[in-house]
Amino acid sequence: MKRTVPLAIVMVGGILFMIQYFIPHQYSQTLFNYYTEWAPIVGAFALVLGVGSLTRLHSHKIKRKAKNWQYSYAVLIPLFGIPFFALIMPQNLGGGMMESMGGDRLTQGVFDFAYMNIQVPIQATMFSLLAFYIASAAFRAFRAKSALATVLLFSAIIVMLGQVPIGELLGKWFPKVGLWILRYPNLGAKRAIGLGVGFGVLATQLKIIFGVERNWLGGAGE
Amino acid sequence: MLKRVPAMLLALLLATGLAWAQAEDPPPVAADSEETLSVEESEIAIDTAVSPGDGMIAPSNIVVSDWPNDAGDALLVTFDPGSETGNDNFIGYTIYRRVQGTEEFEMVGFVELDEGTSFTDGYDPDFIVEPGVQYEYMVAATYFSGAEVSSEATAAQEVAIGQLYHSGKTRVLLGCVVFLGLILFYFYAAQRGVEMYLRPIAGIEAIDEAIGRATEMGKPILYVPGLSTISDVATIASITILGRVAKKVAEYGTPLLVPNRDPIVYTIAEETVKQGYMEAGRPDAFDKDSVFFLTQSQFAFVAGVNGIMMREKPATNFYLGMFWAESLILAETGSLSGAIQIAGTDAVTQLPFFITTCDYTLIGEELYAASAYLGREPKQLGSIKGQDACKGIIMAIITLGLLLSLTDLIAGTETLVWLKNIITMPVVD
Repeated sequence: MKRTVPLAIVMVGGILFMIQYFIPHQYSQTLFNYYTEWAPIVGAFALVLGVGSLTRLHSHKIKRKAKNWQYSYAVLIPLFGIPFFALIMPQNLGGGMMESMGGDRLTQGVFDFAYMNIQVPIQATMFSLLAFYIASAAFRAFRAKSALATVLLFSAIIVMLGQVPIGELLGKWFPKVGLWILRYPNLGAKRAIGLGVGFGVLATQLKIIFGVERNWLGGAGE
Repeated sequence: MLKRVPAMLLALLLATGLAWAQAEDPPPVAADSEETLSVEESEIAIDTAVSPGDGMIAPSNIVVSDWPNDAGDALLVTFDPGSETGNDNFIGYTIYRRVQGTEEFEMVGFVELDEGTSFTDGYDPDFIVEPGVQYEYMVAATYFSGAEVSSEATAAQEVAIGQLYHSGKTRVLLGCVVFLGLILFYFYAAQRGVEMYLRPIAGIEAIDEAIGRATEMGKPILYVPGLSTISDVATIASITILGRVAKKVAEYGTPLLVPNRDPIVYTIAEETVKQGYMEAGRPDAFDKDSVFFLTQSQFAFVAGVNGIMMREKPATNFYLGMFWAESLILAETGSLSGAIQIAGTDAVTQLPFFITTCDYTLIGEELYAASAYLGREPKQLGSIKGQDACKGIIMAIITLGLLLSLTDLIAGTETLVWLKNIITMPVVD
């Protein structure tokens, strides 16, 4: 029962939505919209499980005084503190989710302050690190260790110089050859990968619909 | 080396300078062009109050037809233009609509003069077209001053009806039938016991080796099942591989860490790992804290996983599933921590980053094939052979197209026109 019911739901749902793709009728669209509206609601309930997992993990760490257990407080305090200020605390005591008008000037709540002054800069910093990582990864990728790596190195130099004004100054052919590399060999390879991915996705979906692939059921799969 | 740096910089500057000197000067700009433009603009501004001329004739011959292949929520309105299309103040046509039997028309759209003489009613969510409702239309020639010359109210010749089959997707349907047929054929061939050869994939064969390495070093294994939701097929493929990895890890008694970004993926991953331990006969060894949810925020998740890599120093990192901009930050940090890394994704834009920084990378379809390779179940192998057969068909069509194109090019014929027409015909969504 634990295995048959989910498999039956997936099989019926999978075949139904496969057919739905070819039916533009309003009833078919209503069914599709109804389903897509439900999916995020299920996700919202699952978030509670996620928060539960994070709380359990870090409270265990604190309880056991595991290695680096002090950092767990840095997770748990904002995890519950920020929603407390955003949802429960009254606005005149720093609560609320948005900036609020206090007399003739805007006052910033704890949630807004933490979001704008801590979370946003930290996220921007993480994203900015990508530039340094790209530089180090490029250094490693473009080492001419073999014939193919050398081809990659020269292709990369031409494409990169073709994208910037200095390339055109060094030689009028740089942008043209760079564009040719992007449009033909590169696009061909991308399409070949895309084609394989498309078939792979279809085959996996069919395996799930026909019950060949059952690992997504977790413990009930076997 | 340091002594050479100024010389190299100088050489670079010299080369740039020489190239700059050789570049052609841009053509001189006409001195009076700005003035001419401003005179024209001022003339347009003065003319705006002009009314329609004497020769104005209202749009006519309104024809309303059902929009094909839709949910019955669109109508195509076409009409003959008014006679003043040469007048600068004539800016376009305003479309009015009312339900038959009611008094008041409402404006549902505007067609600019250069957009032709047809209008698709129903695209604007503020003015939806109800299926089966009889409408009346009126088209007014509209001038810059706001003056309008309206046509007669015309009852729509057709009502909007939803279709039961999308005729623009016939090629997709045919492709699906061929693909489904091939997959099912190989499913049953595999079940009958037909031997199937699968080419070895280095990344998949390295999975066992990587688990063994972590066991020997006594360090944990980090498994990131991508950052996408469970509705992404790449995540499902990753969860399948996680099941196999968990079983092996349980057999060897190696610690496993599975951080998750999506709460639904977390619950499924936890169940899958638990099942792996049960299959290995070691349910007691399963640590509930080994599979955990981190955060839904993309870069906060990356920061968390990177922290785990630097603190726990896992011997093996798996990144299998869907990744975005964070792929390089994860893989480069893993590389710096000295772990052996196996990645796999179907995100074409992230593949170069993984190939550069990881020891093995499952490229695109290899991620989906991995579970079949690891499990070696006949039906799973059948699905891979089915995919290969489909790719064979595509390759044959491409080769045929190439040969015919070359023949056309050399002989100056047009044998490929019919094929080109089929391929370039858009699939309407």
